[in-house]
Amino acid sequence: MSKLHVTTTINGQPAEFLCEPHETLLTALRDALGLTGSKEGCTTGDCGACSVIMDGRLVPSCLVLAGEVEGRSVTTIEGIAQGERLHPIQQKFLEHAALQCGVCTPGFIVSAKALLDARPNPTEQETRYWLAGNLCRCTGYDKIIRAVLDAAGDMRKVPA
Amino acid sequence: MTARTFRHIGTRPIRHDGADKVTGRANYGADLSLPGMLHGVVLRSPHAHARILAIETSRAEAVPGVRAVITGRDIPENFGSIALGEAPFDTHDIGDNALAHEKALYHGHAVAAVAATTIEIARAAASLIDVAYEPLEPVLDITRAIAPDAPILDAGLETKGRPAPGSKSPTNIAARMELRRGDIVAGFAAADVVVEREFRTQMVHQGYIEPHACVARWGQDGQAVLWSTTQGPFLVRDQCAAILGMEPAKIKVTPSEIGGGFGGKIPVYLEPLAIALSRKAGRPVKMVMTREDVFRATGPTSGTIVRMKLGAKRDGTLVAASASLWYEAGAYRGSPSGAGAMCCLAAYNIPNFFVEAYDVLVNKPKVAAYRAPGSPMATFATESLVDEIARTLGLDAVEMRLKNAVAEGDHAPYGPAYPAIGLKEALEAARRHPHYTAPLAPNQGRGMACGFWFNAGLSSSATVMLHGDGSAAVTTGNPDIGGTRVAQALMVAEELGIPVEQVRPSVADTDSVGYTDVTGGSRVCYATGMAVIQAAGDVRDQLRARAARIWNVAPDQVGWEQGRAVALDGAAAQKPLTVAQLAAEMGRTGGPIVGRAAVNVPMAGPGFAVHLCDLEVDKETGRTTVVRYTAIQDVGMAVHPSFVEGQMQGGVAQGIGWALNEEYIFDAGGVMENAGFLDYRMPVASDLPMIDTVLIEVPNPQHPYGVKGVGEVPIVPPLAAVANAMRDATGIRSTTLLFSSPRVLEALAAGD
Repeated sequence: MSKLHVTTTINGQPAEFLCEPHETLLTALRDALGLTGSKEGCTTGDCGACSVIMDGRLVPSCLVLAGEVEGRSVTTIEGIAQGERLHPIQQKFLEHAALQCGVCTPGFIVSAKALLDARPNPTEQETRYWLAGNLCRCTGYDKIIRAVLDAAGDMRKVPA
Repeated sequence: MTARTFRHIGTRPIRHDGADKVTGRANYGADLSLPGMLHGVVLRSPHAHARILAIETSRAEAVPGVRAVITGRDIPENFGSIALGEAPFDTHDIGDNALAHEKALYHGHAVAAVAATTIEIARAAASLIDVAYEPLEPVLDITRAIAPDAPILDAGLETKGRPAPGSKSPTNIAARMELRRGDIVAGFAAADVVVEREFRTQMVHQGYIEPHACVARWGQDGQAVLWSTTQGPFLVRDQCAAILGMEPAKIKVTPSEIGGGFGGKIPVYLEPLAIALSRKAGRPVKMVMTREDVFRATGPTSGTIVRMKLGAKRDGTLVAASASLWYEAGAYRGSPSGAGAMCCLAAYNIPNFFVEAYDVLVNKPKVAAYRAPGSPMATFATESLVDEIARTLGLDAVEMRLKNAVAEGDHAPYGPAYPAIGLKEALEAARRHPHYTAPLAPNQGRGMACGFWFNAGLSSSATVMLHGDGSAAVTTGNPDIGGTRVAQALMVAEELGIPVEQVRPSVADTDSVGYTDVTGGSRVCYATGMAVIQAAGDVRDQLRARAARIWNVAPDQVGWEQGRAVALDGAAAQKPLTVAQLAAEMGRTGGPIVGRAAVNVPMAGPGFAVHLCDLEVDKETGRTTVVRYTAIQDVGMAVHPSFVEGQMQGGVAQGIGWALNEEYIFDAGGVMENAGFLDYRMPVASDLPMIDTVLIEVPNPQHPYGVKGVGEVPIVPPLAAVANAMRDATGIRSTTLLFSSPRVLEALAAGD
């Protein structure tokens, strides 16, 4: 079986890679493209550690075939910071100590980015339900929710 | 101890490893790849209990791309024991658990492993390994395991400790212990109220998000290098050496960042296999578990049966207790039943008690430590019964507990007198907290519970190196699982008087720092912290000596104030010298300045917790929701309060998950039916409220700052706090956990 040649956009940059037809986007990101910030926690779409944004939509990259990103645009955790500056969500995660082991953190930050892109002023409950697809076993979510709500507040102050 | 004013301890700087962890740069176990690396997979037993008659690997070995296949024959059966950290490890058991020899003892037990050029080839080849099994009846619960006609897992097993009178071999009872005080017959006779119940808890998993992963590279010089996600690189080294019959010095272990452990990343699973495969193949081998592997073959903590009886006087004074604790060990000895026995009555002064604890083999994965191992299950029983007595007597829940609570000088059930402890302070704080008296909505109930955990000491090493610009590096051997780097940097900043941002904390490999026990036992901030403080003090003493040299005075004429060397009386004319000034002169005043310390410290002393839980029960659907939760804890001294709060909140969330939804579900053949996050239901963000924390600081006199361990005790009270809230909301006194909708509906229907 020959490999697929995929041409796509990753974090705003053109990218291409070869993959097996059955390979997941997560595997391609981690192994072919060296973007190991997306984590594999389950491969069944339950933990959210591999969350990426594909054409504006939040998806678990373990449930997307690598071949599906042909011609699409994918944002991973490596593409969230703005140049040398952390994204406000990243900054607030640090200030609130919203991570302990940190392995779920990339997925949470990508999910939170998708949330705030869609809803700049979410309630606590909306935030909790939006992030319910991301498992964290260390924090009890308290500081994560606070960090996201705080980031939302800061981002609303800055004109887009 | 005299109160010390801190400049850095107690502040909340951003963790040094934070930017890496929010940008995806931090490297976890599965993130490393090496040139020429092979991929290893494990073939696992499809039977929960079976004799392995033969393993034929030739078909797998013939697959193009396969470079090595190993079976139990490649792992010597090494009967012995190595002392590691908190407990001795049976070298045979850990080796046999890593790769089965005579028998497969649980579904998912590793029986062979393959290394190949791709993971697909390795998987395909593993499926071509022919294993001939003789299936045996699986032993799936304690009742069956101790039945007279039970199948025996290990024909050579002897009951360690104090076997029950009249016990016989062969047996599945791996250990039994007893604790006693006073005369329980007289104690119960004097009681006005006696309650007795049997409680059960189900097997649950630590649930860390990062699966086990490692890369091993064996060299023709007989040296192995291992990269692993672990709570204890030195324990990985020593376990692998024992299993493989190697000298520990020939294995170097570099810990990756670790994606959670909670005790489950202390044992080795893949690591010895990866080294053995690499040795056979002559190339590096990477092994990564699937989530299913993690559930089936690692972690869990014991399912338990706890029979407990408590007696009290009419005024609430506890006078007698008896308890019988039965803990599933999984396939090899080593459940935390003994710890459960020591913990379950530790919060109260009870003049007469008898506790026995059994460690029972069953055909389930070998249990591993899980946050305060053993304490939550037995405490579920104690705190449920204390709640019941308080209700029976019409006593306030805090009042009842305060009447019996231990304080400094009281003796723990396991012997020693308590040092300064903050249980009463925590109970008083609970009573003062607005949560305690807040009105409850309809269908809501409130529960409270106390919890105890020991907090380990053990061995740690640290090095502090001063740089020429006055900044410093601190190196320890504890993987940073929740903010210990920044805590250690705060300690160096405190001791040297430099900004915390000028301290760079690192986690070293096993060749680059002295022996250090695990990141576990709530010990890192306490024990490794003491090594760091001493190493930084060593640097400070050297800086004073350098100042003395510059000033040409005796070293004892130099003092240290706020990060500066100051001249004492005899040299009063000298201007103080800062760390940066002294560092700049290092080359001319004696060379590099490196401080070091290696410590072995006693247990930190207990940190008690008191939790309040409000539960809402939808009586039509059975849905239970935790609507408010407050965790109060004696933390000794919070070095970085945000991470202390985080430990408390995380422990609470795990405890709530244990109480509400998490369980291993086995079919009749011993196959776990819910080996994935969809069906093994851990709490998600929408399941939980904010978790309020109250930090009580009763300093630990054994530590220069007063630090106690904080990480484990937060998981102890939630089981009973949730159950007691359920009782308050519905009248149902449940002696099992799992307040999931169907079970609650069932219980409500039965209660009507």
